[in-house]
Amino acid sequence: MRRMSSFNLVSLTLGLAFLYLPMLILVIYSFNASKLVTVWAGFSTHWYGELFRDQAFLDAAMVTLKVGVISSTLATILGTMAAWILVRTGRFLGRTLFSGMIYAPLVMPDVITGLALLLLFIGIGLDRGILTIVLAHTTFAMCYVSVVVSSRLSSFDRSLEEAALDLGCTPWQSFRLVTLPIIAPAVISGWLLAFTLSLDDLVIASFTAGPSSTTLPMKIFSAVRLGVSPEINALSTLMIGIVALGVVIFSIISKRAAVRQQMEEQAAVRT
Amino acid sequence: MLRRLTLILIPYLWLLALFLVPFLIVVKISLSDVALARPPYMPQLDLAAGLSGLKDFFSQLDLENFWFLTSDDLYWKAYLSSLKIAAFSTLITLLVGFPISYAMASARSEWRPTLMMLVILPFWTSFLIRVYSWMGILSQNGLLNSFLLWTGLIHEPLTILNTPTAVYIGIVYTYLPFMILPIYATLEKLDISLLEAAEDLGCSRLTAFWLVTVPLSKPGIIAGCFLVFIPALGEFVIPSLLGGSRTLMIGKVLWEEFFNNRDWPVASAVAVVLLLILIIPIILFQRNEQKNREAGQ
Amino acid sequence: MPQTVFAPWENPDEKPLIQFRNVTKRFGDFTAIDNLDLDIYTREFFALLGPSGCGKTTLMRMLAGFETPSSGSILIGGQDMAEIPPNRRPVNMMFQSYALFPHLSVWDNIAFGLKREGKDRGTIETRVADMMRLTRLEKFARRKPHQLSGGQRQRVALARSLAKAPKLLLLDEPLGALDKKLREETQFELMDIQEKTGTTFVIVTHDQEEAMTVASRVAVMDEGKLVQVATPDRIYETPNSVYVADFIGDVNIIEGRASQSGDRVLVSWAEGTTPLVAATEKHLSKDQACYLAIRPEKITISETEPDTANRLQGEILDIGYLGNISTYHVKLPTGHVIKAQSTNTRRIARRSFTWEDKVWLSWTDTAAILLER
Repeated sequence: MRRMSSFNLVSLTLGLAFLYLPMLILVIYSFNASKLVTVWAGFSTHWYGELFRDQAFLDAAMVTLKVGVISSTLATILGTMAAWILVRTGRFLGRTLFSGMIYAPLVMPDVITGLALLLLFIGIGLDRGILTIVLAHTTFAMCYVSVVVSSRLSSFDRSLEEAALDLGCTPWQSFRLVTLPIIAPAVISGWLLAFTLSLDDLVIASFTAGPSSTTLPMKIFSAVRLGVSPEINALSTLMIGIVALGVVIFSIISKRAAVRQQMEEQAAVRT
Repeated sequence: MLRRLTLILIPYLWLLALFLVPFLIVVKISLSDVALARPPYMPQLDLAAGLSGLKDFFSQLDLENFWFLTSDDLYWKAYLSSLKIAAFSTLITLLVGFPISYAMASARSEWRPTLMMLVILPFWTSFLIRVYSWMGILSQNGLLNSFLLWTGLIHEPLTILNTPTAVYIGIVYTYLPFMILPIYATLEKLDISLLEAAEDLGCSRLTAFWLVTVPLSKPGIIAGCFLVFIPALGEFVIPSLLGGSRTLMIGKVLWEEFFNNRDWPVASAVAVVLLLILIIPIILFQRNEQKNREAGQ
Repeated sequence: MPQTVFAPWENPDEKPLIQFRNVTKRFGDFTAIDNLDLDIYTREFFALLGPSGCGKTTLMRMLAGFETPSSGSILIGGQDMAEIPPNRRPVNMMFQSYALFPHLSVWDNIAFGLKREGKDRGTIETRVADMMRLTRLEKFARRKPHQLSGGQRQRVALARSLAKAPKLLLLDEPLGALDKKLREETQFELMDIQEKTGTTFVIVTHDQEEAMTVASRVAVMDEGKLVQVATPDRIYETPNSVYVADFIGDVNIIEGRASQSGDRVLVSWAEGTTPLVAATEKHLSKDQACYLAIRPEKITISETEPDTANRLQGEILDIGYLGNISTYHVKLPTGHVIKAQSTNTRRIARRSFTWEDKVWLSWTDTAAILLER
């Protein structure tokens, strides 16, 4: 549909302002020289320096990165397998239970997931640390991955796989040579989603982390629960910047690919 | 065949061990009693004692913690207030989100992917940071108050931070993309000729909007509302950063019960009840999705 | 040496390439293929024809190995296919959607099956080049499928499925996605390629013209059963049932009761009319219900009463002008509407009949086919 009016223009502007102003303010104030958040005392990168001198923050960032990379990779593998099972296998024993376990974590409050996993880890006597956070993050992230991948898989033309079998592939070869290259974009965005979720998670990490494995969100949370901190402003700015840059680059690349594909298709019709 | 079985078993067992079993443990502990031990609850399952140990174990489980939840008004007040906050903030998010979705769907088609990206982008940035960003704005001497004082609209700074109002703002702000996207998805598919047909048949623009656009975007509206309501109900970060001690929300109560009071059985009981409350909207949501999928085919 | 007609199905010593033996396929409660027997011979161009849902695609997918029969057996070259997965069958398939791998170039698509066989590079290159020459794709080797037009994609799909030189090539609605003109050209191309490669082709189609054009034999299917298996001309000229007569081409069906004398049957079809006469080899009992099927082009339309065996008078209701021919809808006093076709040899301005003209319709006793069901 298409109908643009001044009302629409106003609601778009206000809506986007609402979404972006708070973050913009955060970014601006991260360059404030004053420790008081409300008073502007001139431009300074002082708080960035503070941030990089704070070993605790650097350690937490390291833990977060480690957990993020490992858990999102595991989650991508498991989630892709789960997606394949959901879309491609027929009935098997406990299929309903399986799809229930895939969808439930998506709507489960973090506090419950965190509590449940913590009780499990204590129950089996597993020491809390990076390993337990990785296990926890992999579990909920794999469900998101499987949703992303399975929506791509279900729109996937099955006759492509059949063609591969028909031309002599074993089922595994047909997955590796045909299915995987085609669903790769969905698998990659699944990984990115899993990585972001892991980077973002405070509650589940708080439940499952041990004393020596504080993640960045936990560090931020303990720093800000008492009030605004300029160091956190600086850190937030860095994180917002990285994400924005990543998303913009990613969308430019995919936009270019789409445009090129479109042009080539038009050229094909003309020949 | 064997390969297929292993393929199914790996994610299956993973989810059983790390999703289903933990929940059974939560249910079990919610039926146990608190104890000054490590782990701080009893009974402990003593498998060495064999069948009699098993019997002993089950005979000691009871609903005591759940009675406790009903006797202390902190808990049911927290549940009610969570429901109220989640419901109202869902409504506000809908009122804020619908015009934005509508405007996005009305924009020129070459603008839509960009607008869509702009709405999704905040979702990729840290949730915690987005909530935190409001602390500096809403505080007593924060930007909003400074701005309002400067305009002369108010003469005393308003207390917004650490009140339910701040929680509403936080929920609307963080969950807005969840509302916009499903509504936008249905509106985008809406055929403009339907509106033209309605006007051709004598509707004014406004009645055409009410009689055609709104009913046809209903699936998106319902999906968006569930996507905001369900996570908002168990929210922890927003009430603990913006709500202060006066805002009761069940996610925060559970957290405090566990970390501050170290009462694991009661925390587990709180979780079980929260889950029971959540099951209804989750099932309704699944049905709605199912219906949309079938209609889409 | 006299040239023999290609008709292996008439030779009892000829071993069929494909044998269906009492094959039944059920999907839950639905029976897609119902106790079916069928032989297909080497070098045949065999068409499975029928409306959607008649089981023709299921039959083909069982040959490729994507479905297994619920009971009965399928033999290819005398070997039972029950335990053989799709990737080990001497069969290749051209998919309706073409199923070209979007991430691979034309060259890689065609080479895909050869690479799986572990052939050396030189052999693969020669074979792919041959296939591209055969399908006139030489210029497009480096293109990806989305850079090709519909007709080119169709040819890539064909080249890819032929590359492994299968004993049997299955074609699932191969021309369904092409427009009419391109489809007609491609039909002849397909026949040409089939002849050159000597491969047995089994084609699934719902387009009766396509089946008639390309096939050596046509199997008409309905509800999981074969209704008639015969050469295109026999299917058209001597259908074995009203279903086949009606499915292939245009036809007038007149229902009546039979009374036979020798090889001629008189069919009484309406009160107060002369019975119609038809030649037949069948034997019908007295007053048996039967049907006369008469093709519109076999009916002559004239102003004056002819002395043909069957003649009826009526009034022109409608004229369908198709350029080369015209179809006249003639209403009889009994209420029947009969379609008759005539070739437009004269210019339209001098057409002899117009609406509401009284005309005579006539046909010989051999023009009508007598059917029992």
